[in-house]
Amino acid sequence: MLTQLLNGLQYGLLLFLISSGLTLIFGIMGIINLAHGSLFMIGAYTAFVCVRAFGELWYALPVALAAGVLLGAVLERTLFRFFYAREHLDQVLLTFALVLLFEEARSLLVGNDFYAVPVPAILDFSVPISADFSYSAYRIFVLLVCLALAGLLFLVIERTRFGAMVRAAAANQEMVQLMGLDVTKIQVAVFALGTGMAVLAGALAAPLYSVYPGMGDGFLIVSFVVVVIGGIGSVTGAFWGALLIGVVDTLGKVLLPGIAGMAIYLLMALVLLWRPNGLFARSS
Amino acid sequence: MGQTRLLLLGLLLLATFPWVVPNFYVTLGSSALVWAMFALSLQLLVGVTGLVSLGHGAFFGLAAYALYFVTPEGGRLSIFLTLPLAIAVAGVAALVIGALSLRTRGFFFLMVTLAFAQMVFFLFHDTDIGGGADGVFVGRPALELFGVAIPTDKHNRGLVGYYVNLALLAAMYLALAWLLRSLFGRVLSGIRINEHRMRALGYDTYRYKLLAFVIAGALAGVAGHQWVMNDGFVNPELVGWHRSAEALLMILIGGLGVLYGPILGAIAWTALGEISQLITDRQLLVQGLFILAVVLVLPQGLAGIRLWRRKAAESTA
Amino acid sequence: MSQAVLETRALTRSFGGLTAVAQVALTLVIGELHAVIGPNGAGKSTLINLLSGDLRPSSGQILIDGASVGGLPAHRLARLGIGRSYQKTNILKSLPALENVRLAAQARHGGGRRLFQTARGARDLVALAEAALARVGLASASDRPAGQLSHGEQRQLEIAMTLATEPRALLLDEPLAGMGPEETERMVTLLRQLAADHAVLLVEHDMDVVFAVADRLTVMVDGRVIASGPPEMIRSSAAVREAYLGEATA
Repeated sequence: MLTQLLNGLQYGLLLFLISSGLTLIFGIMGIINLAHGSLFMIGAYTAFVCVRAFGELWYALPVALAAGVLLGAVLERTLFRFFYAREHLDQVLLTFALVLLFEEARSLLVGNDFYAVPVPAILDFSVPISADFSYSAYRIFVLLVCLALAGLLFLVIERTRFGAMVRAAAANQEMVQLMGLDVTKIQVAVFALGTGMAVLAGALAAPLYSVYPGMGDGFLIVSFVVVVIGGIGSVTGAFWGALLIGVVDTLGKVLLPGIAGMAIYLLMALVLLWRPNGLFARSS
Repeated sequence: MGQTRLLLLGLLLLATFPWVVPNFYVTLGSSALVWAMFALSLQLLVGVTGLVSLGHGAFFGLAAYALYFVTPEGGRLSIFLTLPLAIAVAGVAALVIGALSLRTRGFFFLMVTLAFAQMVFFLFHDTDIGGGADGVFVGRPALELFGVAIPTDKHNRGLVGYYVNLALLAAMYLALAWLLRSLFGRVLSGIRINEHRMRALGYDTYRYKLLAFVIAGALAGVAGHQWVMNDGFVNPELVGWHRSAEALLMILIGGLGVLYGPILGAIAWTALGEISQLITDRQLLVQGLFILAVVLVLPQGLAGIRLWRRKAAESTA
Repeated sequence: MSQAVLETRALTRSFGGLTAVAQVALTLVIGELHAVIGPNGAGKSTLINLLSGDLRPSSGQILIDGASVGGLPAHRLARLGIGRSYQKTNILKSLPALENVRLAAQARHGGGRRLFQTARGARDLVALAEAALARVGLASASDRPAGQLSHGEQRQLEIAMTLATEPRALLLDEPLAGMGPEETERMVTLLRQLAADHAVLLVEHDMDVVFAVADRLTVMVDGRVIASGPPEMIRSSAAVREAYLGEATA
């Protein structure tokens, strides 16, 4: 049971990495990005390729992060910046097209097989936590990395000048422009950051979930549920929402196997009945 | 009345199509007609009321699965039983999902409809009730009433099916066209243009949106029923959001502002699939690039580049 | 003395730590034009939003015909006879002007089974819409898309839409904003006519117009009512002059 709880937290934290980018990108630029799940898949396959080429996962993590940040910046400058003012329908279709293209690119480069990525050798053991309970060291590592990133994200958003601009832009983009701040830089940075985290999450998750073509889809929709529950633009909301979803989903699968897949959607329905704008929504 | 003439011409073309092409294309045409019905039902939400939903596939799939549950193993049922059932199941599902989803707007609405569709997907994918992830065969509905039947065998099944689809599509189009001209339809258009003002005038917009959602869901059930009639097979993919996204694409291709847009879009998308398969195996690549092109270059869709765009636009204003 | 159509008691609305409207008492009566004036930030917009249902009160009461209705959403209040025009023009721009007003008339008259009647067949709604357009002086513009009307014409359309819902109380939020002198004159005449058979609340910045048409004035500063009464009383009130109209002269 404790194992499942920890698993749930770890799943939730991975979800947080993905959802925080999603919620910021929508909150600040109004972009609905259905391709966000594909980024997760890209991260996992990057990890696979790197491990195959260099042997250890350690090289894959920074490569994945760098690739993600770069990809995000390029996508923003070449495509997304033309879509900030466009209708939801256009954005849905644009990002759907990206999903298809990413799938095809992956198919061309790496093929369609399922792959297993090995856990890094030094972390391939179980940490004894109590007399009769031990937990995978790699999972603890993932937990710690995600928590560290979450902490870093909070520091940046709450304590730095850049973070203040991000918060201001999330609240009122026009005003930020009038104040002379360069909104473009914020947009590129937020996009690159959000994309980078999703890709990194995929790389971290690779040894845990095995690597396969449809892996992004599941995480995509669940991360949208996190954003709905947590409230748009709220990183805090994404954090608590992701943890809640992670724990509910994991425990649900263990305690009530039949309907477990539906549990989080029922949760979402309940939250919406109570708070149609999410739990941590900013009132505007 | 340029538009009526255009539509009659289109109907004539569709009606004569099976006689001028090889048999394989009749089945393909049938498939395009089912897509057209599905996309047309979604147009009531997207083009008319301004509600972009990614969960419409749920009603399509639930209707199809409902047929699986009632049709006896190895047997068939009359279409006069199965079609009303499909409509009822889809409509009730739309009532429940719509009642919850319509409490949200915009992005939230999009996400919530997506999530509900996923829920239905998991219901069929992770459990055994509908044959699980692999799907299951279903006896096709038969055209019979009180023992009097139009016999269909493997040879004419495709042809008969095609004309049933065409008839249903035409009926659906007429029903929606009439709906648009009604007082109810005018309110939906008003909601799309400025919902806040409509509420200030005294309209309980939630109720109007919910009714539109239920009607659209029920019509998606018709399409789901026809899918079974064509294909004889159901699987969880019918419910997935990719299917709804493709329907959205068809609406965009054909044009948001015209009721017949989705029909054009369905035909174009099906044709694209066929033509591209002649060139390459990389279907996703072709599809992805095509969607990118449409979104970047043709925001008004095919109907937008036609000469009679102005007249057509007035039909849903 | 006619009964109050709309009345507020100790109406208050706060946003977090900021109190935008505090303890406001106001009465609207048929046949009377009641103007609300005050400097920017006085809480006038918040007040109108509270009365129309766009905002919920934090505390206090709103009464229609003596019955408490605070917290009801905008569409319910509209059905109870509260009509509102918006400061930022809030029309359906891609539809013809006539259709805008017809939809308003339909909100009042076209419900239930009528819903599936064809729009063209519902001639009574079209007639009501044409009458409302004529009343504000826009009869000639009925076929033009609302978005193509001039600014002044759009303000007139706003009022026509509100009128077509047959309200008893009219909440007019800066109807004269951005209008030239000719249009202003036409609007003033219209306002006087409307006041005869409606209870009118007018929020306006143009003091000449306000003092010309108002039967009663309420002055708000920082969310509170500092004076309320007939125009002469307000004009001669030292408190008002000091707070709003300018420095008090000896």
